[in-house]
Amino acid sequence: MMDEIQKRLIAEVADLHTVPEGAYNIRANGQMAARNTTANIDITSKEDGSGIDIRIKPGTKHESVHIPVVLSQSGLKETVYNDFYIGDDCDVVIVAGCGIDNCGSQDSQHDGIHRFFVGKNARIKYVEKHYGAGDGSGKRILNPGTEVHMEEGSSMEMEMVQIKGVDSTVRTTTAQLAAGAHLVVRERLMTHGSQSAVSDYQVTLNGEGASADVISRSVAKDSSYQKFDSRIVGNAPCSGHTECDAIIMDKARILAIPQLEANDLDAALIHEAAIGKIAGEQIIKLMTLGLTEEEAEEQIVNGFLK
Amino acid sequence: MLELRGISFEVSDEKAQKEIIRNVDLTIEDQKFVVITGPNGGGKSTLAKVIAGIVKPTSGKIFFDGEDITEKSITERARLGISFAFQQPVRFKGIQVLDLMRIAAGKQLSVADACQYLSEVGLCAKDYIKREVNASLSGGELKRIEIATVLARGTKLSVFDEPEAGIDLWSFQNLIQVFERMQKRTKEGSILIISHQERILNIADEIVVIAEGQIVNHGPREEILPKLLGTASAVDACSRFYQGGDQS
Repeated sequence: MMDEIQKRLIAEVADLHTVPEGAYNIRANGQMAARNTTANIDITSKEDGSGIDIRIKPGTKHESVHIPVVLSQSGLKETVYNDFYIGDDCDVVIVAGCGIDNCGSQDSQHDGIHRFFVGKNARIKYVEKHYGAGDGSGKRILNPGTEVHMEEGSSMEMEMVQIKGVDSTVRTTTAQLAAGAHLVVRERLMTHGSQSAVSDYQVTLNGEGASADVISRSVAKDSSYQKFDSRIVGNAPCSGHTECDAIIMDKARILAIPQLEANDLDAALIHEAAIGKIAGEQIIKLMTLGLTEEEAEEQIVNGFLK
Repeated sequence: MLELRGISFEVSDEKAQKEIIRNVDLTIEDQKFVVITGPNGGGKSTLAKVIAGIVKPTSGKIFFDGEDITEKSITERARLGISFAFQQPVRFKGIQVLDLMRIAAGKQLSVADACQYLSEVGLCAKDYIKREVNASLSGGELKRIEIATVLARGTKLSVFDEPEAGIDLWSFQNLIQVFERMQKRTKEGSILIISHQERILNIADEIVVIAEGQIVNHGPREEILPKLLGTASAVDACSRFYQGGDQS
């Protein structure tokens, strides 16, 4: 069973304090720690042991799947392949997430590769949180790869959160949307110390009426580095919007590269990117309400990432 | 009680030094509703910022309830009981109206209490409590929220820098009522408002006229107001729209 450190990590990445309801698969230190399936949601291990398959029956509504991963053993490196097959007309919530507690001197790394096959008219809410803890010199490294295939009329909302403690991340997300499919990505990211985070999105709108909205809000502190590379490709009459809004602090560096590619006359694509420090007047305003400068900064950052 | 003694403020650029405030002595008694008026560019807003600690005077002393606060920071003054409503309220991405009210109150203000303050400034509270204090709010809405945060603080001294600036006539007419109600309750603390509006001057206990960085007149409303009527220091609500308002 899981120890206290692992339970705390689970609480951070999946908001779970007890065993969740519905289907779940909890992976701890490279092993399956717990699993539950339901009448509509089946979870099976891949034969080669490289990951799991999650199959959700067509028409499944108001059910959830939790697949948190925790690492508390220093030096553990793993790559896991999880495939989601979501039937037509489903309406489900999927919560993934990875927490690493590294107190040792060796690097710990989890690379989770998720593939989603979203059936016609299905609706998915996907939440993925990353969290790192532990004061060892070993790095906490997460490189999530997400591949999304959306069939006609489906919709998916992805919430990607990484607020604390992960030393290095390369997040690669690709999505292919058929006609009428709708994708929303909301990324919230904070880096500190000497962390590095790269987010790379490529969303391709292949069918008429497909739409995508990729939004990132991030805060880079200390001497951390962030790169946000978001590309929307319109191959049909479609609409796409990508936005990066970043607060830069201390000696941090941020690179934002929004890209648009229209291959159809009726592809309506928009990008916005803004990087700036906290406005002095915002800090002064909160100081007139009785906060210190540090408290004011914290409130501004917390609000921005909420 | 707030006392300014010999306050001066100078700015210097490459060419010359300019005195924005010149040797101002001013006392704001407890439970008084005081309005500062005067021509644009006369130093009124700077004086308000000196009181809040946002601008540091070049010389002079400031006392609050007998304590010398000249060297105190914005935060320390706020905690001692000085509130300041900005002429142009600040926007915050992501921070909700309720968050701001809670920061202002310095406690986990209940939603019901926060709504109470918003209702007082004429906002339908439940529509606003979860709104972000960002560019989606109009100038008039922001101004009301700014005033509500000052109400939520409930401090001994509240300073308002041109509450009428940057809002439409309809919003302004409603805002006046907020100050009229506040005036009736000044036993809770003293209020200092920078304004050119006749209707605000009309409810003052005392009026201070500042021009070219100096106090040129200070006394009870009955004495000062008749001299101001018809000048730019006491305009009626409509005429400022013909003049374009004061953005200084």
